[in-house]
Amino acid sequence: MNTPADLHYATSHEWVRLDGDIATVGISDHAQEELTDVVFVELPAVGRAVDAGDPTAVVESVKAASDIYAPISGEVVEVNPEVENDPSLVNTDPYGKGWIFKLKVKDAAHVSKLMDAAAYQSHIS
Amino acid sequence: MKSSPLESAHVALGAKLVSFAGWNMPIQYTSIMDEHNAVRTHCGIFDISHMGQFIISGPNAAAWLNRMLTNNINHLAIGHGQYTLMVNDKGGVIDDLIAYRTGENEFFLVVNASMIDEDFFWLASHQDGNVTLQNESNLWAGMAVQGPHSLGVFAKVCPGETLPPRNGIATLASGPVVCRTGYTGEDGFEFFTPVADGIPVWEKFVAAGAKPCALGARDTLRLEMGYPLNGNDLSPDHSPIEAGLGFFCDLEKGDFIGRDKLSQQKANGPAVKLTAIQYVEKGAPPRAHYPVHSADGTVIGELASGVHSPSLATGIGMAYLPAEFSKIGTPLQIEVRGKLCLAKVVKKPFYRKPF
Repeated sequence: MNTPADLHYATSHEWVRLDGDIATVGISDHAQEELTDVVFVELPAVGRAVDAGDPTAVVESVKAASDIYAPISGEVVEVNPEVENDPSLVNTDPYGKGWIFKLKVKDAAHVSKLMDAAAYQSHIS
Repeated sequence: MKSSPLESAHVALGAKLVSFAGWNMPIQYTSIMDEHNAVRTHCGIFDISHMGQFIISGPNAAAWLNRMLTNNINHLAIGHGQYTLMVNDKGGVIDDLIAYRTGENEFFLVVNASMIDEDFFWLASHQDGNVTLQNESNLWAGMAVQGPHSLGVFAKVCPGETLPPRNGIATLASGPVVCRTGYTGEDGFEFFTPVADGIPVWEKFVAAGAKPCALGARDTLRLEMGYPLNGNDLSPDHSPIEAGLGFFCDLEKGDFIGRDKLSQQKANGPAVKLTAIQYVEKGAPPRAHYPVHSADGTVIGELASGVHSPSLATGIGMAYLPAEFSKIGTPLQIEVRGKLCLAKVVKKPFYRKPF
């Protein structure tokens, strides 16, 4: 299972890549493997304010619809149109082209509430 | 919860197991999409041990079954089967099943897992003195081998044996019962063997090239064909006429339970019809219970079944709608989390095999 060391992880299986006060969010390799066959991604509206834990996007596989939660509070500043056109990117490149949305975070220090790669690895094993 | 006799094989393959009709059954092994495509293009194998098997025998078996089921059992020669329905006095569906004639006075019925006890109780409560009912559901392991390569797989596993013709049933020299039926729209067969032989037989079919496939793919495959699933698309609230299954109801064969109601519906036209609906734009996959709106935004029903069709790469579903909305081409909208997705009524099946 691929769990990049430079990312932060939520217990609900989202990852965060923090760059200044911009957090890029996607779902982990483990999550995409559990969901399998992503066929639809519903993106949030740009400008929407979200609190950590808010359902913010929806990823749907053939089997089921799964909420994607904001791992950290902030405002949606960008969404990934590529995953809307090709939802399978969430499966094939979960940490790269399969990112889902970007947040301008309220407080970058809150990222410390998330897990590091080692903690996430033990969370899923 | 009941366990399939093949459960340890599923666990060894890494299947995800879920509760289905009171059974702990695999929903997928690796990917519903891959499993679906294997059945459409090569060969897949499904565990159907959860399904029920009844043996109905006795001098009066055919005449009695003709009063209990909607299709005409007298049309069955020995060694042939037919899709048929068990309905209540009001014409509502209790179960859909396949009845095979295994002898002049003997029939093999394969019923839905969720309905084994209810079906058997219903049959037993109408039992005639000259008919014997046996519930053999716990004795058989079952597997459905489906797909264009399934005949080759059969030849490898059962050398020298012959598959029965389409809809046929045969007992192989080595003991198992094989039926040339399935619920995927592909050629294939259903193989019933005593529980103790289940795992070795499953492993032989897998070794011969059948890809393990689970309930997730079974649902996408059957829905692409417009085949109903009892509990979703069939229920005591609706008749086979409303479900579009009038072809499997012989209203002229003589009296049977529910006939008056079905005849009346057929004569007057059903008020609601199970309608095939397909997306005409990109949208979140339709799922059971999502509201169905008319073009002007009025809620006219809800989806009985809905899925992202792997073969068509779009949303498909079925809903009971007022008959005036069931005409092919009628524009509709499916509501997903408050958003409306444009759809239209299409002809069944959704998917047709390319030639």
